[in-house]
Amino acid sequence: MLSTIVFLPALGAVIIALFLREPRKIRFTAAFLTFVVFALSIYVFAQVDPSQSPSPFIEKYSWIPTMGIQYYLDVDGLSLPLVLLTALLGFCAVLASWNIQLRVKEYFIWLLVLETGVMGVFTALDFFLFFLFWEVELIPMYLLISIWGSGRKEYSAMKFLIYTITGSALMLVGILVLYFSSPARTFDMLQLAESGAQPALLTSQAVFFLLFFAYAVKLPVWPLHTWLPDAHTDAPTAVSIMLAGVLLKMGGYAMIRVSVNMFPEVASSYSWLFASLAVINILYGAVVTMKQQDMKRMIAYSSVSHMGYVLLGISSMGKIGLTGASLQMFTHGTITGLLFLMAGLIYDKAHTRHIPDLGGLASRMPLMAVVFTIAGLASLGLPTTSGFVAELTVFLGTFSVWRVATILGVIGIVLTAGYMLWMLQRIMFGPEKERFAKIGDATAVETVPMLALVAAIMVVGIYPRLLLDVFSAGIAPIIGRLG
Amino acid sequence: MPELAIWSIFFLPIISFLVISFLLRPFLNDKPRLSGYLAVLSIAGSLLLSFWVLSEVINAPGHRLSLPDHEWAMVGNLTIRVGLIVDSLTAVMLIVVTLVSLMVQIYSQGYMHGDPGYHRYFAFMSLFTGSMLGLVMADNLIMLYVFWEMVGLCSYLLIGFWYHRPAAAAAAKKAFIVTRFGDLGFLLAILFVVFQTDPPTFDIERLHSLAVAGTLGGTAITLLALGVFAGAMGKSAQFPLHTWLPDAMEGPTPVSALIHAATMVAAGVFLVARMFPVFEASPQAMTTVSVIGGVTAVFAATMGLVVYDMKRVMAYSTISQLGYMMLGLGVGAYAAGIFHLFNHAFFKALLFLGAGSANHTTGTFDMRFMGGLRRYMPWTFATLTVASLSLAGIPPFSGFWSKDEILLETLHKNQALFWLALVGVFMTAFYVFRMMFMAFGGKYRGGASAEHVTQHSAHSHALHESPPVMVVPMLVLGVLSVISGVVNLPWSFGLPPHWLADFLGGEAAGFDVNLAGTSSLVAALGIFLAYAIYSARWLSAERVGKLFGPIYTLVYRKYYFDELYEDLIVTRGLYRNLSFALDWFDRNIIDNVVDGMAWLGRNVGRPVSRVQTGQVQVYGIGISLGILLILAAFIIFGR
Repeated sequence: MLSTIVFLPALGAVIIALFLREPRKIRFTAAFLTFVVFALSIYVFAQVDPSQSPSPFIEKYSWIPTMGIQYYLDVDGLSLPLVLLTALLGFCAVLASWNIQLRVKEYFIWLLVLETGVMGVFTALDFFLFFLFWEVELIPMYLLISIWGSGRKEYSAMKFLIYTITGSALMLVGILVLYFSSPARTFDMLQLAESGAQPALLTSQAVFFLLFFAYAVKLPVWPLHTWLPDAHTDAPTAVSIMLAGVLLKMGGYAMIRVSVNMFPEVASSYSWLFASLAVINILYGAVVTMKQQDMKRMIAYSSVSHMGYVLLGISSMGKIGLTGASLQMFTHGTITGLLFLMAGLIYDKAHTRHIPDLGGLASRMPLMAVVFTIAGLASLGLPTTSGFVAELTVFLGTFSVWRVATILGVIGIVLTAGYMLWMLQRIMFGPEKERFAKIGDATAVETVPMLALVAAIMVVGIYPRLLLDVFSAGIAPIIGRLG
Repeated sequence: MPELAIWSIFFLPIISFLVISFLLRPFLNDKPRLSGYLAVLSIAGSLLLSFWVLSEVINAPGHRLSLPDHEWAMVGNLTIRVGLIVDSLTAVMLIVVTLVSLMVQIYSQGYMHGDPGYHRYFAFMSLFTGSMLGLVMADNLIMLYVFWEMVGLCSYLLIGFWYHRPAAAAAAKKAFIVTRFGDLGFLLAILFVVFQTDPPTFDIERLHSLAVAGTLGGTAITLLALGVFAGAMGKSAQFPLHTWLPDAMEGPTPVSALIHAATMVAAGVFLVARMFPVFEASPQAMTTVSVIGGVTAVFAATMGLVVYDMKRVMAYSTISQLGYMMLGLGVGAYAAGIFHLFNHAFFKALLFLGAGSANHTTGTFDMRFMGGLRRYMPWTFATLTVASLSLAGIPPFSGFWSKDEILLETLHKNQALFWLALVGVFMTAFYVFRMMFMAFGGKYRGGASAEHVTQHSAHSHALHESPPVMVVPMLVLGVLSVISGVVNLPWSFGLPPHWLADFLGGEAAGFDVNLAGTSSLVAALGIFLAYAIYSARWLSAERVGKLFGPIYTLVYRKYYFDELYEDLIVTRGLYRNLSFALDWFDRNIIDNVVDGMAWLGRNVGRPVSRVQTGQVQVYGIGISLGILLILAAFIIFGR
């Protein structure tokens, strides 16, 4: 079942590559397959009891026995919601690509491969396999940005690639050190965590930071964030959705799964560093966001700010904070995914992303205005949206540990309110402009992902236990290790 | 009383919101009337249920109904619950909210007639009413905060209802952000309370008992109370977070009546009342509340003296009156504060509806272009006169009784604040009758057309009284403005004396004839001065303004608070300096370091790549040198 979820998009890519030529058929195949993946992940989500480990869907086979490499996929409370998120956004990304005209075939091939890569990261529990998936995602990402992007697309794609590969190289060193120091010579992530990894070749601090660097690039943590605004701004809409929605979460997920879970002592002793970096992320990100004139660049910087809350939650090294951080990842995926979707749709229709040129769109596109407003309000953490629950949980978790950092983090939500509402005002409200007199509202295909994401935001906001219980069950064993 | 019936008070308007948003607007867009009827029907249902709740609470032991609560979220050792607190305070607030909301929504059927956003209007109004009802019934701080933000959202949406007007869009944003500043304090108080209680609790009644028992005390309780009060200051537009409320007048007038006069802005006062035992446990917090309230009461009133926009006069009046309520709570007059909230809701809603009615026919809110409306709109004039007398505090109108109780308690507790409040009484009487004389007295001065062409051509033939659907709610509120004081009279009058104070469980304030006489006289003097300037014209308004010169300018420019906040702090400080600087830093420093490293990689790589010549001899030299080096190292360092 998990293999199907992971590889069905890749299989779709193969089918499209070999058998399909007509753009219409390609689109429908991609949409159908990603929808199946989404349906399957809902099924898995409903079936798995997150407090049970391993889950009934575990797939564990010896792959390269001489080196102790396994083909090991499983889901737990931590990865389950992220799998669901990836499937949801994968489907939305295909629908958001409906109007792609350039080299349609290749585009959808790479988009589907991308989904496989991300799914793999969230389900792999063998470190080697994990690394493989981590790297697989790079190739489609590079091509999608550099071919179908806009602006300085080659520069942005290359920047993204170099940043990530630098991180990956360090991570690989870290993984190998762990492998060679483990008595059992294994890449099994659970075993490595349980054996209380005490690397012999390097100090555990060094290994911790080798790994952490890769994740910090991905999240991103200040000052390693500058690839993000460029990559987001120049990527096509669907890729921005995937990038902000799930690729950043790989960083946060790995921080919890690897950094905290395998190195509880090191992580705890450096939690002051994470709390400080988190505050910089939140406030610095928010202040820089305020200045941006490009809609997508603005949302990109707001992601830097919002991922700071993930790091803040992690820095608490406690159950509530880590659960909040995980929930913030899911939440940010849906909210920022929706924001990028809306930015893409507005760009499609108005042909500009320059905020001062926009304005008065609400009367031309009432439905889009409503959805964009909901996304903006969710982003600023309005109650009844998932953004509120996630931020509240993070704050509840960190307030007792890092009081000043939490207070500064809370101030961040006022800044968020400031730039979000200002952006809404400048894009949607005000008098109607002559040049936008002919543009219309979202089409049916565009409406589907919009409403799906709004539903995800509201459902979690009103009934957070749906995810909170799952995440907190997934966090429980990690807390056990933190002592 | 079944739990579901109580929950229904909240659910009915929410259902109305959902039905309008998901059924009527998409599928029956050409029949806007339906959503108006649905909204009125749902709120009427809530009103009936609220009366049921009131009668149940009156008869219940301890004036409270106990209801089970439900788990909403659990994480770690925290459990967040949802549940209802139904006590005397809730019962009173339910009546206020549902009654005013019903009147305003009936009135809106006429006022909003033909607006293209008719569906949207009633959807938002229903959502607001539902959220406000949720707010007054919430039994824990998190749930209260949720609805607190929801009413803020509705306020944002309704101020910006005519979003194509830049002023409306800007005012909506301002309202949201300024109140959110206060909410920071509230949120921090919520986070704080978790670590001061064991087991962690958000439950309001448990916090009460902890505060009363002294388990929660000292600095902790002061911090908690001040955090909560920060939220209340934002919502109730208390100094220095008052700047958003006058701008909020950009919304449709019924919205101002319901949200920005009677209910949402009173939520701050309600919150302090709800957490009253916590405040009482901290003398510092109580002093803060009373001083902020007293200062706001006069500070806002001064600005009300000089503005020409009818709604803004009312906005400053609202801020000022909320200040009186805070003052009352701050000096410990719990019942008097709520009593004033109760009375104020009716007469202030009426004042706004009257302003809307005047605007409906003249097309302007600028009082300089009104005048003489008394002859054309007799009902509006009559009801507004009643409301004005009530606001001014003239006996026997309702406002007199509650204001007097607050003054009396203040006199006992704090002489300085008392004199301040008395000055406020004079100003209140003056500005409200200034408005009455300017708008309703004298001759008609042309309305909107005169405002735009700035020539005095009276189109008095177009003037008419508003339709019955608008006048009837005003009459109902007019009657209430006269009689609502009856619930807490110092003498037995149908009800036992000080019935409301007993019901709320506060101390009865008593009655002092001298004070009542003094305050009435002060109010009458205010009215007389307004008469002298704006009706009899014994004094010229311009000359009086000139007399005060710079002070007049200072007040007229709203003490430059907007300039301070918006221009200096936000635009110059945050945006122009900090935001520009960090953006520059991000692009030029951090990014250049990254690009520099890439450059380094490329340019270090180039000379190194020359080594790779393809000539075996060169490689051979390299290898030999390498071996020699290793050997040397081995001989020197190795053993």
